[in-house]
Amino acid sequence: MARLGEAVQAVRSKNAGPFMVTVDIFCGTDAAFQRVNAALPAAAVGRLCGADPDRVERYELPDIRVVKFSFPRPAPQGSRGDRDMHGAQWAVLLAEAELGEGGESVRRPSRP
Amino acid sequence: MATRVLVPSGVLGLGFDREALRRAASDKPDIICIDGGSTDSGPFYLGAGVSKYSDASVRSEWKELLDAREVAGCPLVLGSAGTCGTDGMVEGMLETTRGLAEAAGRRLRVAVLKSEQPAASVSEALQAGRLAPLAGAPETGIEAEDVERCSHIVALAGAEQIAAALQTGADVVIAGRATDTAAIAALPLMRGEHAGAAWHGAKIGECGALCSTRPMSGVIGLEFDRAGCTVEPRAEGARCTPESVAAHMLYENADPFILHEPGGHLDARGAAYDALDERRVRISGSRWVASDAYTVKLEGARLAGFQTTALVILRDARYVANARRWLDRLEAFLAREIPVRTGLAASDYAIEFRLIGVDAALGRLETRASDPAEVGVLAIVTAASQETATEIARLANPFLLHFPLTDEEDLPTFAFPYSPAETERGPLYEFALNHTMRLDDPMAAFRLEVTEVGRGPSR
Repeated sequence: MARLGEAVQAVRSKNAGPFMVTVDIFCGTDAAFQRVNAALPAAAVGRLCGADPDRVERYELPDIRVVKFSFPRPAPQGSRGDRDMHGAQWAVLLAEAELGEGGESVRRPSRP
Repeated sequence: MATRVLVPSGVLGLGFDREALRRAASDKPDIICIDGGSTDSGPFYLGAGVSKYSDASVRSEWKELLDAREVAGCPLVLGSAGTCGTDGMVEGMLETTRGLAEAAGRRLRVAVLKSEQPAASVSEALQAGRLAPLAGAPETGIEAEDVERCSHIVALAGAEQIAAALQTGADVVIAGRATDTAAIAALPLMRGEHAGAAWHGAKIGECGALCSTRPMSGVIGLEFDRAGCTVEPRAEGARCTPESVAAHMLYENADPFILHEPGGHLDARGAAYDALDERRVRISGSRWVASDAYTVKLEGARLAGFQTTALVILRDARYVANARRWLDRLEAFLAREIPVRTGLAASDYAIEFRLIGVDAALGRLETRASDPAEVGVLAIVTAASQETATEIARLANPFLLHFPLTDEEDLPTFAFPYSPAETERGPLYEFALNHTMRLDDPMAAFRLEVTEVGRGPSR
């Protein structure tokens, strides 16, 4: 099964202010955009990233073949429980998720 | 007539392509704008009122920018001085500028814009109902007490306050905390260029060459007119493409189409990005939507305790393979022993462990399991005083070094990388405000002062 990161050009995440994080998936091609767009509802991103699915904002930008998600950080930036000051590692969770062939089909990779 | 803005890099202290800067300055732009700050490196800088970047980097780059300003013959604007943009950071940059002007035998008119807010006036605004929470703010409301516990509060200046500073006829503007875009958008807006393009171009250019194919090269030229904005990277070989420019609208921005600024918002839903050639991109079609009320964003940070850390490395293969189980045992042991030995309640301190090589960055969200050669165990102690935090770390020290996986085995000895194993991290700060404040007059929360520095003939 392909990993999402292998099917797209790039996945990046970053703080959007101290209380939000935003993840940009640059799909590269129209086909990849359609595949990722179908496979990634907001709830799936909430599950992968440990965010409340009801507070995950989802944006589709077909012109530049980007799917984007923004959600509140589980711990505000730099507070005691924060593990990643700039929020760049959330991208890894999406890039390493397994991407199926259609439908809502992204899931956490199984541990070996 | 177009308005040409030169952006040397995304932030003062990060460096730029010197040759590109020389070339761009000799093209005589109308203004040079650089950002000096961000919340991106965490709450410490605002909490303590200090800069992230080294004095040497800031001073040497600022000298080069003052020289570029001489060549260009235009104003130079620094937004968000010293990372956090407090009054102390603004005053520090003024002194740096004074020193450089004197050494160069130049006379400069410097406008200083201060953004720091006394807690009392923010409390007053809270009581008067002029504060409103922003998206992503903690669910709990904010009380006057929360405001008063902030060590520093800044308001983010917008284009109006930067414009007021430019109208003094200043050669150099040193601004406290401002939005990333304000310094760039101010002059195009003053000259009546397209407002949507002014803000959109400013957002694209605010991180320098990050919107190009050579992000490290820094130097970006923005040309604003009555209909749009043209973006051009100035380094040799750097290119802007519709994709690289459009992608930057998403960067560090929760909503890819809307950008909130003092006095309104940019709506980029109708934006078009067109390649003029293989290096330059034309932006058009964005709208500026003015708001009824004039609001500025507030940032505040407050003390959240003191921290002491300790790091130990497990290399024994059995301990590496069972690091989580070992840590669970150690945590349970320390949770029993710390209160008994110190008399502290569990609520008086926190001791948190991160397993480096296992899941230190992602915690319970980590999905990969690997077989590392070694595991770093980072202990982070937080308490109300530095002494207490260090006392707890010292209490944990012999167990970090020797704690066994079972009760019936020889005591192991792990690797401390240095002595003492404890490091005092100092104060821990946290962001405490994520609010806007309504102002009757844009300058009401800001202070503008004009000073002449240096000696010699003025321009």
